[in-house]
Amino acid sequence: MTSASVNDIEFRSVTKRYGAVTAVTDINLAVPKGAFVALLGPSGCGKTTCLRMIGGFEQPSEGEVQIGGAAMAGIPPYRRPVNMVFQHYALFPHFDVEANVAYGLKQMRPKIEAAEISRRVGAALEMVRLGGFGKRRIHEMSGGQQQRVALARALVNKPKVLLLDEPLAALDKKLRTAMQIELQTLQRELGITFVLVTHDQEEALSMSDKVCVMSAGRIVQFASPQEVYDRPANIFVADFVGKTNRLSGTLENGNAVRLSSGALMPVRDTLLAPGTALTLAVRPEAIRLAKAAEAAGGIAGTVTHRIFLGSSVEYSVAVSGLGDLLVTAERQSLAADGLAEPGDPVRLVFDPSGAHVFPA
Amino acid sequence: MRALVSAVYLFLYAPIALVVLFSFNAGRNASEFTGFSTQWYGKALSNGFLTDALINSLIIAFTSATLAAVFGTMAALGMERLSPRARAVFDGLFAAAIVVPGVVIGIATLVALVEVFAFINPVLASLWPGERPPKIGLGYGSIIAAHGLFSMALVTMIVKARISSLGRDIVEASGDLYATPLTTFRQIVLPQILPSILAGFLLAFTFSFDDFIVAFFVAGSKTTLPMYVFASIRRGVTPEINAIATLVLVASLVMIVVARVLMRERKAKTAATE
Repeated sequence: MTSASVNDIEFRSVTKRYGAVTAVTDINLAVPKGAFVALLGPSGCGKTTCLRMIGGFEQPSEGEVQIGGAAMAGIPPYRRPVNMVFQHYALFPHFDVEANVAYGLKQMRPKIEAAEISRRVGAALEMVRLGGFGKRRIHEMSGGQQQRVALARALVNKPKVLLLDEPLAALDKKLRTAMQIELQTLQRELGITFVLVTHDQEEALSMSDKVCVMSAGRIVQFASPQEVYDRPANIFVADFVGKTNRLSGTLENGNAVRLSSGALMPVRDTLLAPGTALTLAVRPEAIRLAKAAEAAGGIAGTVTHRIFLGSSVEYSVAVSGLGDLLVTAERQSLAADGLAEPGDPVRLVFDPSGAHVFPA
Repeated sequence: MRALVSAVYLFLYAPIALVVLFSFNAGRNASEFTGFSTQWYGKALSNGFLTDALINSLIIAFTSATLAAVFGTMAALGMERLSPRARAVFDGLFAAAIVVPGVVIGIATLVALVEVFAFINPVLASLWPGERPPKIGLGYGSIIAAHGLFSMALVTMIVKARISSLGRDIVEASGDLYATPLTTFRQIVLPQILPSILAGFLLAFTFSFDDFIVAFFVAGSKTTLPMYVFASIRRGVTPEINAIATLVLVASLVMIVVARVLMRERKAKTAATE
């Protein structure tokens, strides 16, 4: 059983039903020790159900969940070596910060000495940069601080696995970015396996080293963030992760597609038979915008909107027969010829490596 | 419109104010205020029948409110785990118990108790080894049971409201932090619902202490304070009655105010955390 020592969490053909509704279907997943895994998907895709099955708040209807190689069937949450950071923190309002963080340690048997508990609580609060806040009441803390108390309360127990249920959803954007970095640093320093549930693809890509994309109760792709972005398993992943233009067409030969507008578009070599109906997912940064006068080739269109994003610019370009396409241009590349204005005629040049081809 | 509102309030509170005022009357006449005195309070409290009734009322109110608080809380906690449909049914039943008129509860309880006693007493007599078998009859027990059942519905409603605002996730968080269900109840749930249990207890106490109708039906030979007041009023309103009424009024008001504060303070705190 070498796999048991390598994987902290394993799902083996796990299915969960609530009455007639099936929340997750036949999930097989192995989370290696020390990994930072994100369960990503739209609401209702079953990601939270998976997390709750690890925590022990739900039991699988079929299959088995293992933690550290041990089967967890029938084992209640209070006997599992995992801790959870809840979406709304779930701090105990009648305790101060210290008592909240000490709660888990106080339940441990054999009992831990009071001095040892207070030392570890102090260290945990230092770790989340809340040293000196021990005697505060929960309702005196800001959202970001409460978040860090919840984190300290879970991590102080040195769990095998830390479960995070949309932990950043309630924070504003700036705080969220700061916490993302903080969580990542903590995870690397502690070496504890983190499992994060999120519907925010940016968060999943930026924090985790493996992303598990879920849809309708199934795992669609389990891979590194780069791979999920660069080689999406299907059109759902391409659509859900990052921004994407969806086009349809027919394969002409191994490396060109006849689009529904009639234009020909180069793609990477594919093994599909010519004549196959296709759906294409083209990343906005894989399309280059050129002044209509200069570029030869490409597809003609008209700029309809321009969204200035600081370091880059997003254009919406109307192309007859294809609808509106989204194009992202780095600002540097535009510096020479300036920004295109709404109404400008332009030509779109496609980068074959940024277009993903799926059978329709 | 304003005159009408004033009239309504006058009608409501003037008699009560008069009762309080005349409890301090120096004279015996209930319609003429002759001077300030607290003699009627002294007289009331040295009246043996009255103090007996008061002690009866206190014992019944305390026991029935305690039972109601314990079982009402248990019911509220249990109902959390029911399916939504079953919960709706029980919610309805509890709400119904609160709106059923006292007369109906009184008669129904009396009929039920008499039937049960008629069945149990012969059985008990046949099992009893000695000469004189004990007979179960109306008394403390029957009043406590009747009050306790009604008050239990009251406590359940109040505690349930608190539990539903508690949220499932802090209970789960406690479990996640290695606390057994019993520890979770003692350390997390109970401290948070305790004020609402106390509020329920105080309301139950007040209800039982003030109740005349239900007690009248099921009291048997026992006399509670409201029953004593009712009986003595037939002999005319004396300032002594006014003094008792004032004491009961003040005690009830204090308890209701404390109960309201307990219910409100919790709400303010929860609001602050969110």
